[in-house]
Amino acid sequence: MRSRFGLQKAGPRNRSDQRAELLLGALACVVLALIAGMIIFVFEKAWPSFSNNGLDWFWPWAGGNVDDELVHIFESPSDPSQFVYTMHAWPLIYATLLITATAVVVSTVFAVLSAMFIVEFAPEGIRRLLEPVVRLLAAVPSVIYGLIGILVVVKFFSDHLITQSARDSVAGVAALNGFSWGVGALILTVMITPIMIAIVVDALRAVPVGWREGSVSLGVNRWRAMLTVSVRAARPAIVAAAVLATARALGEAIMLSMVTGSVGFQPNPIDGFIFFVEPARPLAATIVDNAEGLSVVPFAQTLYAFAAVLLVSAAFLSFGGWYIRRRLRTYTLSPI
Amino acid sequence: MGPLKQPPPVRRIVVDDEPTIVQPPKGNGTTEEAKTGAAALLSAPRKREGKRATIKERMTLDELGVAYAGKPAVKAVSLPVRQGEVLGLIGPSGCGKTTLLRSLNRLVDQTPTASRSGTIYLDDQDVDLLDVTELRRQVGMVFQQPNPFPMSVFDNVAYGLRERGSRRPSRAALRPAVEEALERAGLLEEVKDNLMHPALRLSGGQQQRLCIARSLAVGPEVLLLDEPCSALDPRSTSLIEELIMSLREEIAIVIVTHNLQQAYRVADRVAFMYLGDLVEYGDADGVFGAPKAKRTREYVSGGFG
Amino acid sequence: MSTPATTESRAETQRRRIRPPNLPRPRLPRRNRGLLKEEEIVPWSIGDRIGLAAAWFCGLLLCAIAGSIVLYMLVRGLQYLSVGALFEHPVILSTTQSTGTAGGYLDPIEGTLILTTLGTLIALPIGIGTAVWLSEYGRPSWLARAVESGVEIVAGTPTIVLAIFGLLVFTQGAFGFLSFTAEGGAVFGRSFFIAGIMMSLIAIPLIVGATREALQSIPAHVREASYALGKDKISTIRRVLLPASRKGIATGTTLGMGRIAGDTAIVVILLGATPLEPQGDVPILKVLQGTGSTLTSYVYNNSPAGEGNAPQKAYAAAFVLLIIVILMNFFVDLISRKGSDPWAR
Repeated sequence: MRSRFGLQKAGPRNRSDQRAELLLGALACVVLALIAGMIIFVFEKAWPSFSNNGLDWFWPWAGGNVDDELVHIFESPSDPSQFVYTMHAWPLIYATLLITATAVVVSTVFAVLSAMFIVEFAPEGIRRLLEPVVRLLAAVPSVIYGLIGILVVVKFFSDHLITQSARDSVAGVAALNGFSWGVGALILTVMITPIMIAIVVDALRAVPVGWREGSVSLGVNRWRAMLTVSVRAARPAIVAAAVLATARALGEAIMLSMVTGSVGFQPNPIDGFIFFVEPARPLAATIVDNAEGLSVVPFAQTLYAFAAVLLVSAAFLSFGGWYIRRRLRTYTLSPI
Repeated sequence: MGPLKQPPPVRRIVVDDEPTIVQPPKGNGTTEEAKTGAAALLSAPRKREGKRATIKERMTLDELGVAYAGKPAVKAVSLPVRQGEVLGLIGPSGCGKTTLLRSLNRLVDQTPTASRSGTIYLDDQDVDLLDVTELRRQVGMVFQQPNPFPMSVFDNVAYGLRERGSRRPSRAALRPAVEEALERAGLLEEVKDNLMHPALRLSGGQQQRLCIARSLAVGPEVLLLDEPCSALDPRSTSLIEELIMSLREEIAIVIVTHNLQQAYRVADRVAFMYLGDLVEYGDADGVFGAPKAKRTREYVSGGFG
Repeated sequence: MSTPATTESRAETQRRRIRPPNLPRPRLPRRNRGLLKEEEIVPWSIGDRIGLAAAWFCGLLLCAIAGSIVLYMLVRGLQYLSVGALFEHPVILSTTQSTGTAGGYLDPIEGTLILTTLGTLIALPIGIGTAVWLSEYGRPSWLARAVESGVEIVAGTPTIVLAIFGLLVFTQGAFGFLSFTAEGGAVFGRSFFIAGIMMSLIAIPLIVGATREALQSIPAHVREASYALGKDKISTIRRVLLPASRKGIATGTTLGMGRIAGDTAIVVILLGATPLEPQGDVPILKVLQGTGSTLTSYVYNNSPAGEGNAPQKAYAAAFVLLIIVILMNFFVDLISRKGSDPWAR
């Protein structure tokens, strides 16, 4: 190749290098094409469900019972012109948002406090114990969390926390048997905290030693110094960790389907304590529960619509978190 | 070029030798070697005037020893630190000056492998029995690399005042204290138009003066300076040296410096440390002009270090 | 105290001890400046103490949770696990269930091993190739950014979405060779092959990330030395850079294997949850074309949430799964920690 100045552009000069670069480039392109294909396919399959429902698909006050709607869609006649598509998915979206938001908020606080403990206040022995503990908690498969959830936590809630009068008060509407969004959010918190702790600990350790020593030599106690200087400097990393954790929480299907009750109910904060033990049905769990029905066309398209919503939110949240962390790595923290 | 003369005799310096203390020779001057080095020093302009009348001993080191993982960095040092005069710690790199300084405000306790022996007294109280946060408020420190926090100038100076109590004082209440600290540090003129200017955008010398203002704001009794001018240009250096002169009346100052000329300009008392030992301690004129120990003479005249 | 004007030897200096005068302990003067009342200046305020206590509480709570999970699974697992059952096939008790609720765990264990191996084998070349292209070539740069973004999007996609996408794609007629085709022409769309391919998608981002980091941490002088010896780029990569990145690649691969072994959603949807049922005739391929189950789907199906409702079996299988995952985690630790920086000059 010749540029304006008559020099050869830099690049692989010999044949095998060119071939290698083309081959690897083609591989990367294939990977990219597969991913793009996945996104396009899912949206294409999901489109009928969105187009038939319009904005009511998302609208909070569109009404209807999600469970009944799913059954109707499943039982729709095989004539394509008579497919039933009615789906007002707000209760599912609401449940997803409720569980995810609660888990992320609690887990952010938990993770920052634990990270502060690991970096500054833990005695040597406990610190060396905690680091493998955090890695272990991050590696435990979600089905084991689900198993312990369903056999231990749900039972505990049902036997000890829900009184008979509470059950009677909502008898007509929902069954309070321990399967609830509260249990799901609790276990989800335990699942996503270790991911956040790893990122926040790295960020706290990366704060320049000049700031840490400077704040302590002014006569500020270690807790205040850590909070006002280190945690403040690590704020972008905490945000990135929270975004990543949200992506993980949105996609959690198996554990939530095991403990949340699979009832399309909208937990109502006005109910007081009972609010926390009401069942719910997040999006990802719904897909898992209904996966057998994929042979029925409109039902499959509805499930793909759920998947499309999840894909957009979780995948792009994860991309956002990665992007923030990339920016953080090039952002120098040196005080000069 | 003429024919090769006899090469000058090689002076061997044996590192582990006991430093010998030699009487200064009678007569009209110091020995040959000392004249070249020390004479250059003594003819340098001196910043400090005569000693002040009010001299009060604020801190006392009693047989202080510091070791990192068993290896001693400071061995059995006994020194007084007095208000009204500047104590300069000189010596080659790695000889324990910074370790000694950092043990005065118990910053060496942060290093996990460090161990301390001996006692340090602050106003006749054993420093180990004091709350360490209290101690560090009384004994402030300015570091070699200026380290202003990533906040505004105002927030930097007000930091120590805000974060020390159960209630945070309001910004209006803090303002006079902040301005007073900035003025004592000689920075007020340059920043008073915009106190919310980000501190990291100041120049190196201004940042170091900001760090000094930050330490002054909490009202320390002793100020420790760890090579404060080593990263700065000459103009900032001289500004800071004048600042030290003006502060020494109310605050006991200990300065660690590599720069012998600076030590001569600024310090009233000088302690020379070598490989963890306190080799010599005395008046600046005495240590530079008529050093008693042979090792001191060699260092001061530029023989090593 | 003043220093003596006479000379004294170092030994004498050492012996002269400085004793503080015997005064009653004076209160240290405070420069208050009137900002806070005397009693409000405290080194540790109530809020600070609460914060410190909260940090301690969180740290210890983490240990307690991890400890109780491991202990509980240990107790239940040992209670219900008989070692012989590890080598027996699961038995289907009734015709309404497709999963075995009695008998042993051999099929799920085989399933986990097969799937993990298959997924990793597919992910390794794709992941390493993509990482090498991104790190060493990466031109044109818009394409490189697009590929990076794509990999991150896959990393963040819920596995359930990947699972039903897999179903969507592989039920098309063209992919009939990967599973089995029923008489009516409907492709079943569930097999080890298909599950393995989708599992590789969740391991690829981990392998790409770890390999890129390892490649980027090789200093430039190593590459320059290789070019100076006359080797071209691809040989440098194959003979110098990749062997040097072995540690990073191994870490990423083991992390990926851990994630594959622990994933349930893809298995539940794409593997059929049956005991190992080969399809077709070719000896090894027929196993891969057939359906099966893994430890994760076995636990899911035997829990009260699945069809089986045999918690004892679920506990035992979960215990085995936990052991496998802990071991893999331990290996990741071992590999990533071995040896100091080999590039230190």
